[in-house]
Amino acid sequence: MLNIKDLHVSIEGKKILNGLNLSINKGEVHALMGPNGSGKSTLSYFLSGKDGYEIEKGSIDYNGKNLLDLEVDERANEGLFLAFQYPMEIPGVQTSFFLKTAINSKRKHQGLPEIDALEFAKLIKSQAQELDISSDMLRRDLNVNYSGGEKKKQEILQMSLLNPAMSILDETDSGLDIDALRIVSEGVNKLRNKDNSFLVITHYQRLLNYIKPDYVHIIADGKIVKSGDFSLALELEEKGYEEISKTAQ
Amino acid sequence: MAATEQTIKQVNKLGNSDYKYGFSTDVDDIKPPKGLNEDIVKYISSQKNEPEWMLDWRLKAFSVFNKMPKPDWAKLDIPDIDFQDYYYYSSPKSLKDKPKSLDEIDPEILKTYEKLGIPIKEQEKLAGVAVDVVFDSVSVATTYKKQLSELGIIFCSISEATKNHPELVKKYLGSVIPIADHSFAALNSAVFTDGSFVYIPEGVRCPVELSTYFRINAMNTGQFERTLIIADKNSYVSYLEGCTAPMRDESQLHAANVELVALENAEIKYSTVQNWYPGDSEGKGGIYNFVTKRGACRGNNSKISWTQVETGSAITWKYPSCILQGDNSKGEFYSVAITNNRQQADTGTKMIHIGKNTSSKIISKGISAGKANNTYRGLVNIQSKASNSRNFTQCDSLLIGNECGAHTVPYIESSNSDSMVEHEATTSKINEEQLFYCMQRGLNSEDAVGLIVNGFCKEVLQHLPMEFAVEAQKLVAISLEGSVG
Repeated sequence: MLNIKDLHVSIEGKKILNGLNLSINKGEVHALMGPNGSGKSTLSYFLSGKDGYEIEKGSIDYNGKNLLDLEVDERANEGLFLAFQYPMEIPGVQTSFFLKTAINSKRKHQGLPEIDALEFAKLIKSQAQELDISSDMLRRDLNVNYSGGEKKKQEILQMSLLNPAMSILDETDSGLDIDALRIVSEGVNKLRNKDNSFLVITHYQRLLNYIKPDYVHIIADGKIVKSGDFSLALELEEKGYEEISKTAQ
Repeated sequence: MAATEQTIKQVNKLGNSDYKYGFSTDVDDIKPPKGLNEDIVKYISSQKNEPEWMLDWRLKAFSVFNKMPKPDWAKLDIPDIDFQDYYYYSSPKSLKDKPKSLDEIDPEILKTYEKLGIPIKEQEKLAGVAVDVVFDSVSVATTYKKQLSELGIIFCSISEATKNHPELVKKYLGSVIPIADHSFAALNSAVFTDGSFVYIPEGVRCPVELSTYFRINAMNTGQFERTLIIADKNSYVSYLEGCTAPMRDESQLHAANVELVALENAEIKYSTVQNWYPGDSEGKGGIYNFVTKRGACRGNNSKISWTQVETGSAITWKYPSCILQGDNSKGEFYSVAITNNRQQADTGTKMIHIGKNTSSKIISKGISAGKANNTYRGLVNIQSKASNSRNFTQCDSLLIGNECGAHTVPYIESSNSDSMVEHEATTSKINEEQLFYCMQRGLNSEDAVGLIVNGFCKEVLQHLPMEFAVEAQKLVAISLEGSVG
């Protein structure tokens, strides 16, 4: 699915990723954990194709394609999804209209006609209900005056509607209370199947109690310093980043 | 050479196929020679079989025009206009004998409207819109006339009104925009070719949206539309005006005058979508749009609301205004002005508070991309007797790219201490993070810009009648194509 080799990336001359290797297969859930400034968010933005990053070295293969050849929207329509840490507010754009536009962009890419209005209404109603999103919220402007929890639920709603092959969750747990964390995690777990993959970026092991990863990686100074299974997350919780990074190096 | 061939040749020469509505219809024109003089004014009047009082009015306006300088307050770079280099009258030949129904209309003309997405017949049946179509200065079709006339509503061309309702035309024409207001107003008064006339009688609520589509379709034809709408006591009317124009090589002059009169308790809602040819990406060949629109709230409790979406023209100079004369009268101005490439727009409104308890609201959204310049210029004037009056103004500007400009020039004059005037203004650049977010959800950059800009304009677009709003949203997106990435 996703194969990152020896990735070196800088922002305005400052090196952020420093020889990162990561391989994610179909059906796997990987957790990426690390302290602030370790390069977690840079990796998620860079994979999504955001401007302002410079690649110095390395390659990224995505489903047999060179990911770096694709524009932001092409990556999205090829099934790469980023659940944002800070979802953007778009004033004046009704949430349901935005969702429909996103679905139709993907359908257009797949050569399908636009989604039928009735079909869309049914789809959005059932998915929103599962995430405890009210129909009133769908009528509001996208992310405008949403609480932190509502914004994150909105990201998961978009994820479930677009049904991506490769989802990156960038600190989706930040700012969530325990109920919202459970709802969001259940939403992600429902999407898990043998054909799609997840990269879950987080500071805390707490989220991983809900979304059980197959692999856990620890990132420090722009590269992965240690990988393991779920027990690594527990070990990290106990010892802290500094000690684990030290022993790894 | 036929008009179509000529246009195709020009289009090829320009190497510009960006203008979606850039085509021309093959209709033979009749026109007098180029140039502006008393004979032309007389010619226009005689072509229209006008009564003498109208000819006299035109000639008076022409002599005023000759004495007046061109207005120069706008932040616009207006090339010297050679008024002698324009044609001042043209009408499609097939209209010599006026058609009785749409079936008699030149199929070429009907085809043009179809390309624009305005199937008149479908509109008649489905949308319930009465359409007074202005094609090259002469009204070619008026629909729904019969149903409207049963209510006593007069909806016809201004030429017809001059003949059939001279008492109304005499009373109100030039009563809101005096001929000596400024030189473009005087020019229009001298050489106006046609336009719409609406009269809503006392106590009548017009059941349909009245609509006119203007279109320039002849080489170098200055368009001088004249519209007059009168809403008598306790009446209501919503009027829509939309424009698209075909590709042209030489600059075209357009100076319309629109006058609205609302009597006691009457309400007029006037909506415009303007998409005149803006010129190519270098600014060559676009329309000069110098429009004077003014409404008078003459009666107590009357209301006039202007909504405009301005996306076209090389130069837009336009300030739809309200004179709030009656006590408790209300004026509103909702505007979206988009400029791209080398377009220039200087637009805004004037709210003149004369009566007591008058209120006005101004919402202006300016979007500038490419190398364009967009200026909001507005006047709020509260006169000494307008006690307890209020105004709220909000001007937001959005910039796309680094080479465009946005300017806000509010004039506020208050001679009354009981009154309240509020002004808010913002200028921002299109947010790269928002664009990235939309594109991460699969939207291409143009769709993403269109979506964000439409959101930015929502407060204004929601005041347009439904079917018009949909068209306007598409237009907003089309106007900004190529502005990002």
